[in-house]
Amino acid sequence: MRGATHARWTAVAVAVTLAATGCGGGGNGGGGGDGSGIVSSSWGDPQNPLEPANTNEVQGGKVLDMIFRGLKRYNPKTGAAEDALAEKIETDDSVNYRITVKDGWTFSNGEKVTAKSFVDAWNYGAHLDNNQKNAYFFGYIDGYDEVHPEEGDATARTLSGLKVTGERTFTVKLNQKFSTWPETLGYAAFAPLPTAFFEDHDSWLAKPVGNGPYQVDNYAKGSQMSLRTWNDYPGDDKAQNGGVDLKVYTDNNTAYTDLTAGNLDLVDDIPANQIKNAQSDLGDRYLNTPAGIIQTLSFPFYDKEWNTPDGAKLRTGISRAINREQITKTIFQNTRTPATDWTSPVLGEDGGYKAGLCGDACEYDPAEAKRLVEEGGGIPGGTMRLGYNADTGSHKEWVDAVCNSINNALGQDRACVGDPTGTFADFRNKIGERKMPGPFRAGWQMDYPLIQNFLQPLYYTDASSNDGEWSNEKFDKLVDDANAESDTAKAVEKFQQAEEVLRDEMGAIPLWYQNGSAGYSDRISNVELNPFSVPVYNEIKVG
Amino acid sequence: MGRYVIRRLLQMIPVFIGATLLIFLMVNVMGDPVAGLCGDRQCDPATAQRLRTDLGLDKPVWQQYLTYMGNVFTGDFGTAFNGQKVTELMGSAFPVTIRLTIVAIVLEIVIGITLGVVTGLRRGRPVDTGVLILTLVVISVPTFVTGLLVQLLLGVKWGWIKPAVSSEATFGELFVPGLVLASVSLAYVTRLTRTSIAENRRADYVRTAIAKGLPRRRVITRHLLRNSLIPVVTFIGTDIGALMGGAIVTERIFNIHGVGFQLYQGILRQNTQTVVGFVTVLVLVFLVANLIVDLLYAVLDPRIRYA
Repeated sequence: MRGATHARWTAVAVAVTLAATGCGGGGNGGGGGDGSGIVSSSWGDPQNPLEPANTNEVQGGKVLDMIFRGLKRYNPKTGAAEDALAEKIETDDSVNYRITVKDGWTFSNGEKVTAKSFVDAWNYGAHLDNNQKNAYFFGYIDGYDEVHPEEGDATARTLSGLKVTGERTFTVKLNQKFSTWPETLGYAAFAPLPTAFFEDHDSWLAKPVGNGPYQVDNYAKGSQMSLRTWNDYPGDDKAQNGGVDLKVYTDNNTAYTDLTAGNLDLVDDIPANQIKNAQSDLGDRYLNTPAGIIQTLSFPFYDKEWNTPDGAKLRTGISRAINREQITKTIFQNTRTPATDWTSPVLGEDGGYKAGLCGDACEYDPAEAKRLVEEGGGIPGGTMRLGYNADTGSHKEWVDAVCNSINNALGQDRACVGDPTGTFADFRNKIGERKMPGPFRAGWQMDYPLIQNFLQPLYYTDASSNDGEWSNEKFDKLVDDANAESDTAKAVEKFQQAEEVLRDEMGAIPLWYQNGSAGYSDRISNVELNPFSVPVYNEIKVG
Repeated sequence: MGRYVIRRLLQMIPVFIGATLLIFLMVNVMGDPVAGLCGDRQCDPATAQRLRTDLGLDKPVWQQYLTYMGNVFTGDFGTAFNGQKVTELMGSAFPVTIRLTIVAIVLEIVIGITLGVVTGLRRGRPVDTGVLILTLVVISVPTFVTGLLVQLLLGVKWGWIKPAVSSEATFGELFVPGLVLASVSLAYVTRLTRTSIAENRRADYVRTAIAKGLPRRRVITRHLLRNSLIPVVTFIGTDIGALMGGAIVTERIFNIHGVGFQLYQGILRQNTQTVVGFVTVLVLVFLVANLIVDLLYAVLDPRIRYA
């Protein structure tokens, strides 16, 4: 690739010259440093309609982050949940919350943001009939079982735990103690919605209206969305640019090429095979920052062969046979960091991230790995099939590398083989039907930056994303205790104790923390990725 | 002639039903699409169940197929997962792909046939050998290599074109992608024409035409070329369908939001409605293109008559 890198250098030089002489191909209108310039950014077609409680992937999330502000907002740098529309959120018992909404906020169509805007939106998001894929976020609110029963029809229209008590006040009753619940409110699903959303749903979807720093100017589904700065935005995180044009690219390789040719300002999620070039092409205009994503290997505990009394030794052995250091360096070009716990560095130490919590169990040691696997009864059937989906995310490369590492450590050629599934949907299907014949890859992108989110949904008995059906009473008990703890520091400590149980049993093998990557043109500056690996658009400066 | 056309049109019906049924079954075999909608996590069972009911996935496959075909005949191709009507997707994707196909076919005809005639008439000369080697190179290099290379050189290094096509996708923007898309077929057209011309050059009717004292130009265009085009037209006819549906690679490289891209996305998301809808239209394109090819035979070669 030396030649290509060279070519790209020349390309950048050409692009720079062209831009300097004013014949750049970029079709963006002028706007110098006065905050009126438009940023063009790569985009992918959102998978679901752009409703707040129905968007669970980054592409739709980008838009929601621009056009909505909820009660809380996660600080783009630290990830801490800070009050946005919330004036105060009070509780005495971690079950009943009294929420006051700040005065003076409106939607971009002029409608006031009131307590009702929130309550209506949450009721909509939770109700079974609305097919909202993030409905489970409202599962902690009392009355969820009536509006969203596991089987059969809903028996109530609204959540009984939500009550509007004034124009700007409402109360929330949870169905269990959950002391850090207010911190979850920065998630897009909890955004307020204007009455237009309910009255004329189709035209709202064609041109969403929210209360964030941007408003949708024009939305051509499947090709482009133009967002423009909302001048009357009442918040203090007003957009520093004139607007953002999100352009759908068929392939992010093409988006990257367009960036190097000077036709695009910002590409997030740089394709793995371009990362090598990105550093030399873009220099310090290439971002590689930690995101709240961890990759693990889950085990099918529903399969008797993988659920033996000595299983912990076997699983720890496999963990120790994986050379994370080498794989993250050679395959991922350091856009992944070897994991040493089950959370993510974006939580920060106060938030519950504890480097090295995994200890020896995550350290590469072929001799020890071999011994542990043998003591654990050996690999079931002599060969384990490592499941992954082959359509996205260059999973094949690292799965093959992990298998090689394991095979070398154990000194067996066939101890581990990759087991690809054609599409992501089919892969999820097999997992959902509990048909995985061996360990499988599991990726977790946090919903909100809380240690709870990295543990409870994944490892609590029968939790929504506990795909391996790992179950441990001690772990469950510690998580319950942690949720009931009103002091955050103590709660975090309890969660970490639970994590230690997870480590001792090796309920899932942590592989690496994933970074978000982005590259940008020299037209724009002050570009950052938030902990959800979404660019912080409102802070970007043009010119 | 009229009866022949009607007979052919009637034959299309079973082909159409069979083809759509096969596609429908194949997409179904890939499994439950709802599972892929919730990211790296389990959809909550109640919502997943409702989505399945809404999409009609809880019914047996034969019933799904019948409902789908019933809807198709009333012009309803269903809804994609992102809430867009499939007809709306087609409305935006097909014009783009048709433009791309037109560019590719025109290039194929103009360049391919010209080169074919030139080399066919000058068999064994340096120009013939040169073009043969060139076509061999083009045929053996996969489209994605040609595409990426052209994109890097013309788009990034020399800056002659924009590396990515905008969402308007005008003819001008589609010229280079069209050339890349046509390159392999172009090489085949050249070779087919060349062989056919070289063979027919010694045919009796060409000798007669020359003996009659017709000008060389007229002998070549009216007599030689016209009779030599039959295999070429067959190839180009089937190629129309292949270019429209098979542009997946080219469309992804050059950011063209056409049929190939929609199909690719539909397959990744296992969106039955999108995939079957688009393929259904492509099947129709194939069938009609083939019919036109067969009718063209009679125009090209007076010896062929349809009764």
